Amino acid sequence: MIGIGHYLVVSSILFVLGVLGIFINRKNIIIILMAIELILLSVNINLVAFSAYLGDLAGQVFAMFVLTVAAGESAIGLAIIVIYFRGRGTIAVDDANRMKG
Amino acid sequence: MIQTIAFYMFASVLLASAALTVLSRNPVHSVLWLILAFFNAAGLMLILGAEFIAMLLVIVYVGAVAVLFLFVVMMLDIDFAEMRAGFVKYLPIGVLLAIILAAELIFAMGSWSAGNIQLAQRAAPVDATTSNIQQIGELLYTRYIFLFETAGIILLVAMIGAIVLTHRPRKGVKRQDVSAQNARRPQDATRLVNPGVGQGVEL
Repeated sequence: MIGIGHYLVVSSILFVLGVLGIFINRKNIIIILMAIELILLSVNINLVAFSAYLGDLAGQVFAMFVLTVAAGESAIGLAIIVIYFRGRGTIAVDDANRMKG
Repeated sequence: MIQTIAFYMFASVLLASAALTVLSRNPVHSVLWLILAFFNAAGLMLILGAEFIAMLLVIVYVGAVAVLFLFVVMMLDIDFAEMRAGFVKYLPIGVLLAIILAAELIFAMGSWSAGNIQLAQRAAPVDATTSNIQQIGELLYTRYIFLFETAGIILLVAMIGAIVLTHRPRKGVKRQDVSAQNARRPQDATRLVNPGVGQGVEL
């Protein structure tokens, strides 16, 4: 059996790749959403790895809920992108200052 | 042996496709790399023995979320070359931060050791005699039933929210207005007239 450290290293590298994706694709919000999906995937790998190694199924149940929230988040995010594009003709997040926040 | 080979294969393809997801020039390619990453993550979870989560990843992420991304990327008419303007500018600082964060995470995991977790303290101990899917099902429908229902409500809210956000009323479409139909009375709608001979009725 492969040690849990291997899984933790894989998931931490995946997490860092997601953070890097958010940093370098500052303008393209679709890629930012994909990077968030990668981050949530790395969290899921962590949860499932610990669940398997500690012999506790609660981790896998929790991973399922993380997956649910990730699916809902991406659906709402993409819907917001679609209506933003409809109103502005662009999805550049730099000039998303309509609400003066 | 075969397990180790499979682990390293899945892990390396997962990390490579994740890197290509964020570095790819074309967002359509990004989505396709993301799908490959999800498949390999499902493979990693299969090695761990979490068959249910692995299948859920393939069904939910590849079947629904990635296809949704693909639809949106292909529907919106965007100049993606212009979107990459800040790419080179942010690359050095981004890579530097990523390396620092990765080093910190790996150091933290290297020094991690399991606390004194007793088997009796586990929330839901694994039962080796039944399959993973059966055990998760038994947990979901008994102990975690309220969490399960809450997950369903979250999905319902997300669905209704996405529909409400993107729905726009079209012009020039005749729609049925049920309350106006029900409020219509015979005395408002009909008129009894007694026209003289040779005179028409004005409507």
